[in-house]
Amino acid sequence: MGYTITEKIIMKNTGQVAIKPGDLTTVNVDRAMVHDIFIPFVVSKFNEMGFDKVWDPDKIVLVYDHLVPTSFIEDSRHHKIGDEFAAAHGIRAVHRADGICHQLMPELRYVVPGQIVFGTDSHTTTYGAVGALSTGIGYTEMAAIFGTGKLWIKVPSTIKFIINGELPKGVYAKDIILRILGDIGSDGAAYKAIEFAGATIENLSIASRMTLCNMAIEAGAKFGVVAPDAKTFAFSGGDKAAYQHLQSDADAVYERVVEYDGSTLKPVVACPSNVDNISDVTDLLGTRIDQGFLGSCTNGRIEDLEVAAKILKGRKVASFTKLIVTPASRSILAEAVKKGYIKTFIEAGAIIQPPACGLCCGRSGGIVSDGERVIATNNRNFLGRMGSPKSEIFLASPATVAAAVIEGRIVDPRNYLP
Amino acid sequence: MSSFTGKVWKLCDDIDTDIIIPTEFLAMKSVEDMKKHAFHPLRPELAALIQPGDIIVAGKNFGCGSSREQAPEILAALKVGCVIAKSYARIFYRNAFNNGLLLLENDQLYDLCNEGDELTVELEKGQVHLGERTFQVAAIPPDLLQMVQDGGLVATMRKLNKK
Repeated sequence: MGYTITEKIIMKNTGQVAIKPGDLTTVNVDRAMVHDIFIPFVVSKFNEMGFDKVWDPDKIVLVYDHLVPTSFIEDSRHHKIGDEFAAAHGIRAVHRADGICHQLMPELRYVVPGQIVFGTDSHTTTYGAVGALSTGIGYTEMAAIFGTGKLWIKVPSTIKFIINGELPKGVYAKDIILRILGDIGSDGAAYKAIEFAGATIENLSIASRMTLCNMAIEAGAKFGVVAPDAKTFAFSGGDKAAYQHLQSDADAVYERVVEYDGSTLKPVVACPSNVDNISDVTDLLGTRIDQGFLGSCTNGRIEDLEVAAKILKGRKVASFTKLIVTPASRSILAEAVKKGYIKTFIEAGAIIQPPACGLCCGRSGGIVSDGERVIATNNRNFLGRMGSPKSEIFLASPATVAAAVIEGRIVDPRNYLP
Repeated sequence: MSSFTGKVWKLCDDIDTDIIIPTEFLAMKSVEDMKKHAFHPLRPELAALIQPGDIIVAGKNFGCGSSREQAPEILAALKVGCVIAKSYARIFYRNAFNNGLLLLENDQLYDLCNEGDELTVELEKGQVHLGERTFQVAAIPPDLLQMVQDGGLVATMRKLNKK
């Protein structure tokens, strides 16, 4: 009997020679990430538990992103506690204003193929894009990892999505994952791993694969994973030979295999206030929009800014609409400046924000009031996530967002692409 | 805690962690401050009405969304007796037990109970009683139940580090 890539990574980690879905096993943590919101909680739980040193300071990464730049007087406390804890325990990887944790972890190669990584954030599933197993946990379990370097997990079964065929113009990774969410629902992969495969996935950039794995959690998944290939090797570096085992066996056992023809997919939108409330963009034409948000760990990368800039080049954001642009990392911002995308956004009338979580987590930069509508590239449209519970959030690809803010209403992005 | 009775607060499917505790309240200094804002986007009045021992009954996928552990922690701080939902999201499920919040699963009770009803939970029997009717809940592994009774993972780790 063969194994899935998920089972193989777990077996390599634990040294087990056979496992099956449902088995409980204790894994060795290759990397642990905590972001600023949860740092004070992890630190206090760590102390309450009676630990006096961390298991390995070189395997811990602290990222300040949710509260950067600070918006309230108390926010700095989180960063101060992080700085003090890092100094006390010799943790060198502290990113104070470099971007969003889920962008930085793969970008800076803190996570590479075959690793098992935990973070105190649900979108930690993003790193499956480079062939790692990664998922979100709470701060109490993270405190236990800081002390022990270990965590028990249940071996998940896997749902495999095989997507073949060339994506039509105006259809992107975001449309693929929203379509899947609409089909399987917000608990359609609860406790399971999602494996993305097929020619369409092979043709996607690492950035687009990050978009897919980022939103695996929106179906309740424990992991989202794409088997590493030459693109992964180029992105993550390391020893190519060591990646050879990171492929699912031909006779691996899946809970379910779902196939899509990529050439039939369309631009779609997640409507308020659930990620699985999916409509074709063509069914929403004319919906008034007060604000666009281009950013987040889902779609704040250079290819996202590029497609939006192409659409906005020589055009203006509608007078009654705002566009907020928040690159996912400092290096992405620098590249977007170099390539002229930021100039295009400024000329179009956009508001440019520093690389961080920004509006996605609803704590800063563009909070909305009763009755306002936002179209956004991030991953969640939950009730009240960007401000008033009486506001509405629509989720879509960067192209769909960029086209919508030009008209101040939802339009078909295919008509705006060069 | 083997047997207890509580009043029902009934919530719908897909109660996400942004509803249980919105991000704007996450950087408050204490869970005691935060718990006043439980369920704010959906029912701002609810946190003040929940009494110790009350039971939250919900539909499928309770606790979906972010990993914020304040979500189960504030429900534990409000001294919710337990949550009984059709199903739970994975991260929330782990976080709840790690914070001493008891979660029970049953897919029939939801459609048959109303807000304000009284439920009696008998953990040893794995049963929940609503008037004359009895509902079976899935068994909780003994080590998890022990962790809930100890108050969560911190207490468990403290025991370990004292040895």
